[in-house]
Amino acid sequence: MTAQPDIHSPRGRPLPQPAPLARTVDSVTFSVMLYLVIVGGLVWLAYSGAQAMGYNWQWYRIPQYFYTVTEDGFQWGEISLGLVATLWLSALAFLLALALGLVVALLRLSGLVICTAVAIGFLEFIRNIPLLVLLYLFYYVLGPIFGFDRYTASILCLGVFHSVLISEIIRAGINAVPKGQWEAATSIGMDRGQAYRYIILPQSIRFMLPPMTGEVVHMVKSSAIVSVIAVAELTTIGRNIISDTYMSFEIWFTIAAVYMAVTLILSVGVSFMEKRYAVSQ
Amino acid sequence: MAGDAAIITFEHVDKFYGDFHALKDISISVREGERMVICGPSGSGKSTLIRCINGLEFHNSGVLTVDGIEVFEASRSILKLRQEVGMVFQQFNLFPHLTVLENLMIGPMKVRRIAREEAERTARKYLDRVHIPEQADKYPSALSGGQQQRVAIARSLCMESRIMLFDEPTSALDPEMINEVLDVMVELADTGMTMVVVTHEMGFARKVADTMVFMDAGEIVETASPETFFTNPESARCRAFLDQILDH
Ligand SMILES: Nc1ncnc2c1ncn2[C@@H]1O[C@H](COP(=O)(O)OP(=O)(O)OP(=O)(O)O)[C@@H](O)[C@H]1O
Ligand SMILES: [Mg+2]
Repeated sequence: MTAQPDIHSPRGRPLPQPAPLARTVDSVTFSVMLYLVIVGGLVWLAYSGAQAMGYNWQWYRIPQYFYTVTEDGFQWGEISLGLVATLWLSALAFLLALALGLVVALLRLSGLVICTAVAIGFLEFIRNIPLLVLLYLFYYVLGPIFGFDRYTASILCLGVFHSVLISEIIRAGINAVPKGQWEAATSIGMDRGQAYRYIILPQSIRFMLPPMTGEVVHMVKSSAIVSVIAVAELTTIGRNIISDTYMSFEIWFTIAAVYMAVTLILSVGVSFMEKRYAVSQ
Repeated sequence: MAGDAAIITFEHVDKFYGDFHALKDISISVREGERMVICGPSGSGKSTLIRCINGLEFHNSGVLTVDGIEVFEASRSILKLRQEVGMVFQQFNLFPHLTVLENLMIGPMKVRRIAREEAERTARKYLDRVHIPEQADKYPSALSGGQQQRVAIARSLCMESRIMLFDEPTSALDPEMINEVLDVMVELADTGMTMVVVTHEMGFARKVADTMVFMDAGEIVETASPETFFTNPESARCRAFLDQILDH
């Protein structure tokens, strides 16, 4: 043993570092700036276009659609009520989609030929119909037969449509759990149901959360489609206001911003949950 | 130490994976309290053999009886049987979303329907037994490989199994952790547990085995007492195998 090597002066070949340009392009600040430039550009384009058309901007009339304060006191506006309707619709449809999706995924994974066939049949049937057609099917065909109203038709349609996507997320999540977990659960005498409930599903949630967030956001956005059967949610409200006031630019910008705010809040909320889940593993 | 009553019997058992003949006409029996060590080259069917014992794999023909219950896929008693047979895996397979204590309690509580307090008492008893009582509230990922494997052994013991199967329990461990696991297994052997162990740890085999089994290409080539097995094996294949692993 001779003298200690000096750790502050490495003698090996230095590792290649990313080029300065690549480092800048990768940075968060750069992404945010790029994003702002793009959004700013779009807004400017729309504005200058409207200006050229001689559009009469009336932004001052927008706040009343969120809330009003008169001598009668505080009152929610139409857009706020529409937002609540959209959230309710999406939440109920999502719960339905989750339950149905779990059933379809478990059928698919059951290993029983009949169950797998039923699951795949359902999956292919729903997956190959456009959402709009599915909605008409529920509202104009199934609605009169089973006697349900436009709200029920909307929830069922959205729930069924998204259950297919969710079942694939659940299936992928379950398959991502190592096979050894099944073997360990089986070897302590658990049956399939117990293994799923206590061992497999709790672990697969970690794999499901990120794509599930995407699905929630997707659900909120696709719920706008029920405006074609005049369910009073955010998009329908927007259309109604425009037909009364002709402020199409302001209203559509506002409605888009409201959807964006909701989906951003959802994404941030879930990524918080993901972090907590990652910690407790 | 071993009694006379056979607790595991294979009678002309064959097992196929598709066209591949993984177990060929296996006939062997394990008596109650017997410690059997199985060795053999990679791919010889050791894992397949012991995985058949608790129905993680099912054989295709022949008769396999474990603790008086015949093992086959459609059997209604297979869940009951698995409670009597503990298994320790090469990769530990602890439940990563549960703490050590919860790993030990979930089987007794959900499968055996034992009350939480009693399950916890049993769990702590066996954690003591594997010398890591202080790790009870940690998650498995915070433990070393040797500690994880000892938790896995305790998890099987908590089911109060009568038979323990080990599939290369030390081959995924760093060398300095192998002995802590083997020590626990020796202590377990001293309690009179019926054990079937697939391992290449010949020091362990010499210390605890009642019977040595050598497998090759899906067949049992040699069954002998440790004295005969290590000093004077009958078959050339077995001798070649022993020469190879005892060198190291
Ligand atoms: N699920 C499976 N499907 C197809 N073939 C398999 C399967 N499991 C094992 N085999 C084959 O069966 C043979 C025996 O495998 P087994 O795992 O029992 O061997 P082993 O003696 O435990 O080997 P190792 O020492 O590598 O663990 C191998 O050739 C393997 O490729
Ligand atoms: Mg093996």
